[in-house]
Amino acid sequence: MSQATVRIPAPLRSFTGGAAEVAVEGDTVGEVLRSLSEIHSGLKQQILTDKDGVRDFVNIFVDNKNIRSLAGLESPVTEDAVIYIVPAVAGGGS
Amino acid sequence: MTASGRRLQELKRAVPEVTAEEAFAQQQRGAVLIDVREPDEVAAGSPTGAQRIVRGFLELRIEDLVPELDKPLLVMCAGGARSLFACHDLQGLGYSNVCSVAGGFGAWGSQGLPIEVPRVLSDIERERYSRHVSIPEVGEAGQLTLLESKVLLVGAGGLGSPAGFYLAAAGVGTLGIVDDDVVDRSNLQRQILHTDRRIGTPKVESAVSTLSALNPAIELRSYALRLTSANVEEIFSGYDVVVDGSDNFPTRYLVNDACVKLGIPNVHGSIFRFEGQVSVFWPGYEKRRGPCYRCLFPEPPPPELAPSCAEAGVLGILPGVIGTLEAVEAIKILLGVGDPLVGRLLLYDALSQSFTELAVEPRPDCAWCCEGAVIEEYPDYELFCAVHGG
Repeated sequence: MSQATVRIPAPLRSFTGGAAEVAVEGDTVGEVLRSLSEIHSGLKQQILTDKDGVRDFVNIFVDNKNIRSLAGLESPVTEDAVIYIVPAVAGGGS
Repeated sequence: MTASGRRLQELKRAVPEVTAEEAFAQQQRGAVLIDVREPDEVAAGSPTGAQRIVRGFLELRIEDLVPELDKPLLVMCAGGARSLFACHDLQGLGYSNVCSVAGGFGAWGSQGLPIEVPRVLSDIERERYSRHVSIPEVGEAGQLTLLESKVLLVGAGGLGSPAGFYLAAAGVGTLGIVDDDVVDRSNLQRQILHTDRRIGTPKVESAVSTLSALNPAIELRSYALRLTSANVEEIFSGYDVVVDGSDNFPTRYLVNDACVKLGIPNVHGSIFRFEGQVSVFWPGYEKRRGPCYRCLFPEPPPPELAPSCAEAGVLGILPGVIGTLEAVEAIKILLGVGDPLVGRLLLYDALSQSFTELAVEPRPDCAWCCEGAVIEEYPDYELFCAVHGG
């Protein structure tokens, strides 16, 4: 199993006890995100759909590439990979 | 004979000359005609389509304009003497196909060949924008482009403040500002366009007041209203770039949809506490097919995951960083220089003081911008965000 670092965006940090990074093991992005959701319950439904897809207001990147352009949640995770969760943010400081 | 006369005789043997009519014919076939006269001479008229590089900067600037050393160059001055010296120097740089226009602009004019009166920087503009004019990638031509450009700022808040300041300072000739809000005391921690004395006044009014004080020569258009499906096209039409500094999802999707439909590049910035996102959504970018906002986020998140700055808070300086990056992208697009953030999402984290670049590709099945998508009318954005966000 590869050890990956998942970068948690600020809007989701209430689900990780404020942690900006979580180290998780897994061989695919899906495995990593499911393990992450087991560690931090409540995170799964913010990222993944009931049908195990990525929610439409979130993007997952591994090695700076969108997993939609790779193999989705089956995209392989190499040792020390960094996974970014990027949600839509509306704020413009008004 | 004077020394300069002797030198000119030598140059006439070393440099080929063409008549004005021949020069015009060659220009039509793709040769580059360079008018090396002084700005005050050029201001009265110059051959249509000529490149204008003042003699003193010719060697320093020619390569930016004509990188190919074998490209045919036609050099013109007022009477055909300075152009001989200029041609000799260009040959010295390695340009192999250089001709001087005999009789210069005088001959061109007397033959009735086409002339245009180019817009040139006034003395005051040349002084104001001198640090831009000195940059090869901008120069006088680039500054004139900026002065003729139109940028629309959606929002005169945290992001719109620095973007507005820098775009006005840069001499973007027309700046439109859309905002239906009034200045609130809690805005002043980050919205640097506004002042304590303007609390309660419309933000567009405050923004125009600040920006016209900075640069009185530019045109400022204010729209004290909320963008809607009904008014968006009338407002956006004619702008070269839209800078999105809005603060809510309905407006962000509306800005995207109108920009895609009208073919306007959408410079996007958004902020949350210590983190920001910047990108350029521009499917019509000529160098590569870019995604639109819907390619990245087909749907808005539910409200509990999308708190506003009012709810979540934001570091006051953060929109300074992100809005300034948006201004940089707008200027690059206007000038056609560099590589814009098309298909690239830039994340900024103020706490770790780090930038991350992520690749964003167009969705082949994007409901709004994919090939074959039929854009008929704008959806009800409040409903769209309520349904998907609910």
